[in-house]
Amino acid sequence: MKGTLVKKKLTLRLAAAVALSLAVSGCQGVSSDAGSGSDNAAKGVVKLAVNPWVGNEANAAVIGYLLEKELGYEVEEKNLKEEISWQGFETGEVDVIVENWGHEDLKQQYIEDKKVAVDLGPTGNKGVIGWYVPAWMAEKHPDITDYRNLNKYADLFKTSESGGKGQLLDGDPSFVTNDEALVTNLKLNYKVVYAGSEASLIKAAQQATAQQKPLLFYFYEPQWLFAKEKYVRVNLPPYTDGCDADPKKVNCDYPDYTLDKIASAKFAETGGAAFEFVKNFQWTNDDQNEVASYIALDGMSARDAAEKWVAAHESTWRAWLPAGT
Amino acid sequence: MTTGELTPARWSVRRPDRRAVAAVVAAALAVGYLLFRGQQVLPHDSDAAVFRSLNAARDWVDANRNSEPVFTFVVNYLRYGVALLVTAIQDLLGWLGVAGVITLAVVTGAVLAGWRIAVLAGAGFVSFGLLGLWQESLDTLALTLAAVLLAVAVGVPLGILAAQVRVVRAVLRPVLDVMQIMPTFAYLAPMTLLFLIGAPSATLATLIYAIPPAIRITALGISQVDPNAVQAATSLGSTRWQLLRKVRLPMARPTIILAVNQTLMMALSMVVITALIDAPGLGQPIMRSLERVNVGAAFDAGLAIVIMAVVLDRLTTRAAQRAGARSTSRTPAVGWRRWRRPVLLAAGVSPVVAALAVPGDGGFPDAFRFSFAPVVNTVVAWIELELFPLTDGIKNAVTIGLVNPLQTVLTSAPWWLLLVAVVLLGGLVSGARAAVVAGTALAAVAGLGLWQHAMETLATVLVATALTVVIGLWIGVTAARRRRFAAVARPVLDAAQTLPSFVYLLPAVALFGASRFTAVVAAVIYAVPPVARLVEGGVRAVPAPVVEAATAAGASARQLLWQVQLPIARRDLLLAANQGIVMVLAMVVVGGLVGAGALGYDVVAGFSQRSDFGQGLAAGACIVLLGVVLDRLTQGAGRGPAERGLRPRSG
Repeated sequence: MKGTLVKKKLTLRLAAAVALSLAVSGCQGVSSDAGSGSDNAAKGVVKLAVNPWVGNEANAAVIGYLLEKELGYEVEEKNLKEEISWQGFETGEVDVIVENWGHEDLKQQYIEDKKVAVDLGPTGNKGVIGWYVPAWMAEKHPDITDYRNLNKYADLFKTSESGGKGQLLDGDPSFVTNDEALVTNLKLNYKVVYAGSEASLIKAAQQATAQQKPLLFYFYEPQWLFAKEKYVRVNLPPYTDGCDADPKKVNCDYPDYTLDKIASAKFAETGGAAFEFVKNFQWTNDDQNEVASYIALDGMSARDAAEKWVAAHESTWRAWLPAGT
Repeated sequence: MTTGELTPARWSVRRPDRRAVAAVVAAALAVGYLLFRGQQVLPHDSDAAVFRSLNAARDWVDANRNSEPVFTFVVNYLRYGVALLVTAIQDLLGWLGVAGVITLAVVTGAVLAGWRIAVLAGAGFVSFGLLGLWQESLDTLALTLAAVLLAVAVGVPLGILAAQVRVVRAVLRPVLDVMQIMPTFAYLAPMTLLFLIGAPSATLATLIYAIPPAIRITALGISQVDPNAVQAATSLGSTRWQLLRKVRLPMARPTIILAVNQTLMMALSMVVITALIDAPGLGQPIMRSLERVNVGAAFDAGLAIVIMAVVLDRLTTRAAQRAGARSTSRTPAVGWRRWRRPVLLAAGVSPVVAALAVPGDGGFPDAFRFSFAPVVNTVVAWIELELFPLTDGIKNAVTIGLVNPLQTVLTSAPWWLLLVAVVLLGGLVSGARAAVVAGTALAAVAGLGLWQHAMETLATVLVATALTVVIGLWIGVTAARRRRFAAVARPVLDAAQTLPSFVYLLPAVALFGASRFTAVVAAVIYAVPPVARLVEGGVRAVPAPVVEAATAAGASARQLLWQVQLPIARRDLLLAANQGIVMVLAMVVVGGLVGAGALGYDVVAGFSQRSDFGQGLAAGACIVLLGVVLDRLTQGAGRGPAERGLRPRSG
């Protein structure tokens, strides 16, 4: 059955190619999205960007599962770093980013200036980013939760990778972070070291709790690990409007994030029921943490995790389905 | 200029001078370091003006991508054209389906390389499906083929031109020199700037990365055509075009197929890395597994890459050998000549027949699956639990004992002192011209605002190179002296040389987590095989009478090695060091993905954080410059262009 579908696709694409070649041979230039199959949604394919943390994966898993099961779309997941996903709106490689953290500059560029993307409103999740230490450290050194005292404890956090300074462990280099600028601008005797991924960050945090190893690390909510183990946030200078305007001059804490969904303008035009569905999608941090811990803690596949959540929360997701489906 | 040209007599007279000079230079540098330590260092500033202006350039490109003619008429057309080619190949493979593609692989193997390779190719493609990576493998194959098609279409004519036109040769040579020491990573940021992300951009990056051997080896093949044949054809009145078409090209055919082989292998290693800029294929599961610290899942994908590399390599190598054999025996068997057309026709049609005859949904049947992930993850978990003190101990010993002190010295030395050191060292080892080039390149690193990070990378590279040379020497020398060891080592080294660099990250990460040492380990594994082979070749090439004479004079095995064999093999050893260091650099930079920091990390961050784009672009350039510095410093062997063209991949 799919064989004929593929054949149909082939002819369709060939036809599109011929048509496009004819269009461009009229001595016009081509735009950067030429040849990337811009009529995705019309073909029933939705391309979801999946950014590299399990919460994002949870959103994509549930959205993708329901798009396939309830609305009959085909879903393609694109594993991309968050800022690179935005480029996908321009090239036609991404229809939806299912969990976006702020990125005001990208919104300005892609939504306001280039008009290739649209904001689909909040996912319902509240985002928090900060520096954390394991609970036992906060008990042992109560004043460690004030950034002004961090230099006093820098020796505790030294590792072979931190070059004689204290180590501040960050996650994936692509995550939203001001940490290098913060360390410089708050004059902290620390070095930012990247664990490389959420998974290694979590591993380090678990080790720090289990083996009572000192650790100062970048972490965030929604996060399933907080339901299992306690970590205490370090207070940085409070966030004020615009204090993070220049990414190299930041000297304040992270703002609270209202996580939202972004879609390509083309998807907004041609996405039909899928677009309405993604727009309606909203759930709580608890919902996301539930799916995320199925995946990360219980080792389920993203699909099985979504299926389990969907089976138990029908009243939640029924409300997302567009009227008349 | 190079010592290789000196006669042994003059060499022995000059040696003491040189040693004395080297000692004086080293002492002066040490004194200089102690006097000026910590002064005129160039600490890293991630907000440097260079980076800001590169960011501004990026913003301009972004804003004008669809309006400036240079984009709408040139850059976007290129992207579009390549997108069409890739899609066409993907669609064709998709249309053929599992049965069609496997048949195609078997038939291609049988026609080009014989039945053994046909079996190998068939088994290889079946294994992609068994591993649950059918679609990913086909995507990787499609991108690789698209890039190689383009590389051959551009590279072979350029190579022919280079062989026949002096000006072209002169222009291409330095460009290719730089391209061959340019690590895969350095291509990514400029590519995303011009061509954005996705398969077309990845294919273009791969094309550029893989084209040097296509040009170089073709040029070599054309220029090595027997002059007698050329003369004979000319005296018979051939025009230049006839000469090319009827004599040079047919006679150079085996060499040109070899060029395709090298291009193919380089393309494959690059395609995997372009997963970072959203290319589909086997790089994706590897990236995803690295992100989730799931070494087992990465192992499956790594294995699929290895299998694909082996299949493609054997197929093209064997095809080149066959072509060579055929071009020497001009007249094929009469029977074959008569059957040739029908057999080829049947071969060409069979994949289509298979595709139409075997029903299926285009994917590999789900019933047949095999994954090494559970086993590998069990082993890794055991290593983490039981061997942690050992692996952590080794890691910390090397990091604290070697990497850190060296990094401290390099980052705390005044920049001008290091510049002087490089120029003097270059002058001593490789001559004045190389010294000037190396010095200029190093100064440019400082100018790009990445001095400190470059020195950190350099420290890791030097430690990894030292380990590589020690291990490579040991393996090479042992293989040269013990037949049995060589019989075991050679196929392993052969296989290791065909694998893409990315694969080597996996065992290193499994054992040592994310750190600079992980990059050191991966680099050593990556660079040891060619070093060991060159050492073995060099030691073996020592004339037997010399060895006999030394043994007769009462030299012990150790004396024989250190005082006779190694000094005589000096040229090969220098070449080994040169290749080793360039390969180590390429791998250490890729190690930026797994905690190696410095320049490699800057490149990664550059295409994952907008505000760091400029820094990433500059870091890419610095990697190239650092490569030039290291290459020039170790170039003393004075190798000819032939050796350069045929040297193995470096990235």
